[in-house]
Amino acid sequence: MDYFDIFISILGSAIRLSIPLLFTALAGLFSERAGIFDIGLEGKMLASAFASACVAYYTGNAWAGLGAGILTAIVFSMVHGFASITNRGNQIVSGVALNFVAAGLTIVLGQAWFNQGGRTGQVPPEGRFSGIVLPGADMMRDVPIIGPLYANVISGNNILTYIAFLMVPVSWWVLYRTRFGLRLRAVGENPGAVDTAGISVSWLRYRALIVTGFLAGFAGTYLAIAQSAAFINNMSAGKGYIALAALIFAKWKPVPVMFACLLFGFLDAFANFMQGKSLPLIGEVPVQIFQALPYILTCVLLAGFIGIARPPKAGGVPYAKER
Amino acid sequence: MSTASVSLPAWINYGVIPLLNLVLAFFFSGLVVWAIGENPFEALQLLLIGALGRGEGIGFTLFYTTSFIFTGLSVAVAIHAGLFNIGSEGQAYLGGLGAALVALSLDHYVPWYVTMPFAVIGAALFGAACAAIPAWLQAKRGSHIVITTIMFNFIVSSLMNYVLVRLLIVPGKMAPETRTFLEGGQLPKLDWLIALFGGRLGAAPLNFSFLIALLMCFLVWVLIWRTKLGYEMRTLGISPSAASYAGIRYAKIVMITMLISGGLAGMMALNPVMGASARLQIEFVGGAGFVGIAVSLMGRNHPAGIILAALLFGILYQGGAELSFDMPRITRDMIVVIQGMVILFAGALEYMLRPAIVRLYQQVTGK
Repeated sequence: MDYFDIFISILGSAIRLSIPLLFTALAGLFSERAGIFDIGLEGKMLASAFASACVAYYTGNAWAGLGAGILTAIVFSMVHGFASITNRGNQIVSGVALNFVAAGLTIVLGQAWFNQGGRTGQVPPEGRFSGIVLPGADMMRDVPIIGPLYANVISGNNILTYIAFLMVPVSWWVLYRTRFGLRLRAVGENPGAVDTAGISVSWLRYRALIVTGFLAGFAGTYLAIAQSAAFINNMSAGKGYIALAALIFAKWKPVPVMFACLLFGFLDAFANFMQGKSLPLIGEVPVQIFQALPYILTCVLLAGFIGIARPPKAGGVPYAKER
Repeated sequence: MSTASVSLPAWINYGVIPLLNLVLAFFFSGLVVWAIGENPFEALQLLLIGALGRGEGIGFTLFYTTSFIFTGLSVAVAIHAGLFNIGSEGQAYLGGLGAALVALSLDHYVPWYVTMPFAVIGAALFGAACAAIPAWLQAKRGSHIVITTIMFNFIVSSLMNYVLVRLLIVPGKMAPETRTFLEGGQLPKLDWLIALFGGRLGAAPLNFSFLIALLMCFLVWVLIWRTKLGYEMRTLGISPSAASYAGIRYAKIVMITMLISGGLAGMMALNPVMGASARLQIEFVGGAGFVGIAVSLMGRNHPAGIILAALLFGILYQGGAELSFDMPRITRDMIVVIQGMVILFAGALEYMLRPAIVRLYQQVTGK
């Protein structure tokens, strides 16, 4: 295989691996820009993956699975909101709690219902999101450079992949071009000012969390019934945290979030490719370096060595209306 | 009038409210058990018998308790200085490397009581080293410690993966773990402690590190409430601006606090690595670092409370394991659900019941 073919295959797998990160990081974007820290993204992803796999298994309908995934993630989001907005609890603690609940519940319920060691049943093909071949992909295949790129990277993905990339400009538009987005960003910086303007801080933050649940639901669904055909124990495997890292790496902005997720997805794909291979001159590179690289890069960024990552000012602080 | 400013007597604040939160957590966990078609009361009974019924069960319960005391103290020390250390998991993992290196290099030559102090220092140093970078980033560069400690959990996990798979693995073996330590690198079992109460330890791995954990509880109490450093830490935790006016150096206190916190987390490794399995295994921490968050919250960041809360989670862990034998429909992971519920109700929803209790209290006392 020549280098270009290898590059194309890594790029294709990088995109597939970055989609759950992209949905989740965008989900986190909405809640964190509204001033609610969310380290429960991992749990939301896991819970919605389980729900979508269950529903898709029983109905054989991928869209019903997606609906269930979204609904579950929104329920988790609302619990997070109830704890951190209404009861002014600690947002980090609430996130940790929900991660635990999701990790435990999915296995306990999965084992009780399917009896396959925490796996759900195999979802039938019609219950999954499968690849869509874009028009002209076969014709284009023989065109040099652009052909393989179009046929193997851009075409052949499932609908959720295209939705993920569509969500990037949509998120940008909502955050920067609508009244809701302006208020959402304001409530993350200075909730007191938003309150003074006569807008409910709580309701605004709850709405932001609904959007978060909505997007996280896509991420879980993608894992369970687009990338694979069943729910597997702990299948999110820390992706929620990588997405959180990507969100910080992108300095809480939608378009950079996309590039950060693609970068982290690429690292993941490259690590898979490099497993057991050795580079000229350097020799065999331990795959663990690539696994740790997203986190190391994020820490370096947080240290302020590559620009400054400034989180929303009111993030993590519960808003008390009366003093 | 807002209920938030009304002060309640200590027995309500530290007794009734945590207890009610715990009851709520168990109620919702019971609902899950009921939903999968088992009797929650029967499950609770089996769980308690499994955890406390026999000497061996108690031995396992106290073994888990030991780990949770260390991680609980680790989280609590940081919280007193206003720092949220989510990295106990990774710090304990790296601490395991410290303990294992000491055990591997000394076990041929000296008895366990000579190895032990070095192992304690090794584990604490490695744990502290893992906390040092996030601490420095928080103190000097203003990066959020929650985020950096999460990142370090994963960085350490990759690092340990590399160390075990490539460097410390026994040649020719498949399992990524070190060789078994000789007796000089193991901590002795506490048979006599259980025998004192007429039970038998059996195969339970309760070991000497339990006593180290209790000693650490005392030392942490002394540190927080009886030393100048502890006073400065608490001042910083309650009001960073007041601390600054009082001439307390922010960066210094943050660094010291996190090093202590990381060191305590690192010492947790003594229990599973040198006490139970006598080798360093992959993923040996198994979530104990995160349980520490729950333990610290439940125990209100006080060593005495932490011992009780660690015992509670020890019972849950051991009882949950036994329960999954008796009720195969309920897997071991049910304890993860209960843990989550406890963290949710005792931690995040801590204040949910408070307004109602304040109103009730005011009615009863007629104020």
